[in-house]
Amino acid sequence: MKKKLKHLRSKSTEIRKLIIKMLTRAKSGHPGGSLSSTDIISCLYFEVMRHDPKNPKWPKRDRFHLSKGHCCPAVYAALALNGYFPEKELWTLRKLGSVLQGHPDPITPGIEVASGSLGQGLSVALGMALAAKLDKEDWRTYCLMGDGEIQEGNIWEAAMAAAHFKLDNLCGILDYNHFQIDGRVEEIMNLEPVVNKWESFGWHTIQCDGHNIEELLESFSEAKTIKQKPTIIITQTVKGKGVSFMEHVVDFHGRAPTEKEEKIALGELQDIEKNEEDIQ
Amino acid sequence: MESLYARDVYGKTLVELGRKDKTIVVLDADLSGSTRTSFFRKEFPDRFFNFGVAEQNMVAAAAGLSSCGKIVFVSTFAMFATARALDQVRNTVCLNNANVKIVATHGGLTVGEDGASHQAIEDINFLRAIPNIKIIVPADAHETKDAVIAAYKTPGPFYLRLGRSKIPTLENRKNFVLGKGYLLGGGADVAIVACGIMVQEAQEAAKILKRDGINSTIVNMHSLKPFDEELIVDVAKNCKTMIVCEEHQVTGGLYSAVCEVLAHTYPVKVERVGIEDKFGQSGSPKELMEFYGLTANFIVEKAKQLLR
Repeated sequence: MKKKLKHLRSKSTEIRKLIIKMLTRAKSGHPGGSLSSTDIISCLYFEVMRHDPKNPKWPKRDRFHLSKGHCCPAVYAALALNGYFPEKELWTLRKLGSVLQGHPDPITPGIEVASGSLGQGLSVALGMALAAKLDKEDWRTYCLMGDGEIQEGNIWEAAMAAAHFKLDNLCGILDYNHFQIDGRVEEIMNLEPVVNKWESFGWHTIQCDGHNIEELLESFSEAKTIKQKPTIIITQTVKGKGVSFMEHVVDFHGRAPTEKEEKIALGELQDIEKNEEDIQ
Repeated sequence: MESLYARDVYGKTLVELGRKDKTIVVLDADLSGSTRTSFFRKEFPDRFFNFGVAEQNMVAAAAGLSSCGKIVFVSTFAMFATARALDQVRNTVCLNNANVKIVATHGGLTVGEDGASHQAIEDINFLRAIPNIKIIVPADAHETKDAVIAAYKTPGPFYLRLGRSKIPTLENRKNFVLGKGYLLGGGADVAIVACGIMVQEAQEAAKILKRDGINSTIVNMHSLKPFDEELIVDVAKNCKTMIVCEEHQVTGGLYSAVCEVLAHTYPVKVERVGIEDKFGQSGSPKELMEFYGLTANFIVEKAKQLLR
């Protein structure tokens, strides 16, 4: 277990470094939410999900849908590290003709369905979960949502329907980093009491620290045991996690680092990596 | 003359297709009785999902189902399928080129008594500018069946616009080919281009015009997208004048499609019979067709003005 946690933590740091490098080269994009969702994505792609990078369309694969599409750099990094496509593709992010679009698109190996216009992803994921039920297949569907995103009404239509259809093969994850473009979520449009909201819509809720790998893995395991209702893991996260000058800074929702900032950020992530190794 | 509900034929066709193909899944938003997806629900309850009054969720979920190999038919009223769920149609169905067939009923002004909020007269305009989607407005119940089968057989998103009312079966109808219009009659004085229930009005107009010695050609343009540009240019070259008729705003629908083609290939004057930047209102379908100037007599009048 210790070895597994260490492995996942190191994968998270690798993803974070790639996010910083990618966005610096692209000169635009969304570092804050990419970094806050990194540990969730690391757990899914390196431990939780059943998938085969050599066969991205394997029918029995678990499905992942990034409803908060703007945080795709974290997913692109995870896909590259898994071997879905060569790492060098990461440096084409947001460039004309790239397989890595500014928001997810199925032209990317490993991306199921395009997203970007917020609030629609949970519906897409519930469609996938319905398909698995119809085919009596045991693969699961994971859907990562942003906190600002769940202000969209479409999310709550989907929340109501997923519980109505008893989709216990659907697992939502909320990246609750408490910031959206215009400021603090609590000030722009308060979500609280957010746990009660999901519960009252008929979901099983699990709360955890979205940067604690052990807690995340336990949450995903618990979700698999829940029957007759969908599960949402409400993760408390830090926007910009891992880079001191990006943490809790709303400016980095949608601003790429400069080359100077990249250097500092990569240095900090290098230190995190070194500390991890020293602990063992 | 035979007169049928296009939506009845849609419902029956879905059941026939559903018997042969287990990958067909049908979604509705609390209107399955009106849209006739209830026929499918009764026969295949496991492959039918009622989403309640939540069209945005239904349309985006259809894309999710289709990404797992399902052929998904989605039905509700035209107003809610297009206006309410437009972002979902654009960004989730069409951007993914999802195999989702939106078959909307209660399109157009002839919804009647429910009034303006339920009369989808901008739906073609909303969808026509979106890549990947194919748009069909069948002229009668038989064409509806052909269109549903074509949508089933052709991968990618479709929008089929059906009406609420019974619709007379077209005289001398020809085979339906997706993306191809066809001619009824071969007169050279005036061409009347129409889709949906307006093909019927055009045929009525042609009879009246003939009595007055004016020979017309009717063009049934059931496929709004892909659009049979070649046919429109040929017709423009062969006829002295052209009138486009649609149960839709004159902006963004069939009239626009025709003018877009002719403007850059063979510019001729094109008249129109459609709704002139107005909302609908309550009334019987017949009264509304008269009030908004959509009946055969208005087509005749326009033709005579053009030929004067």
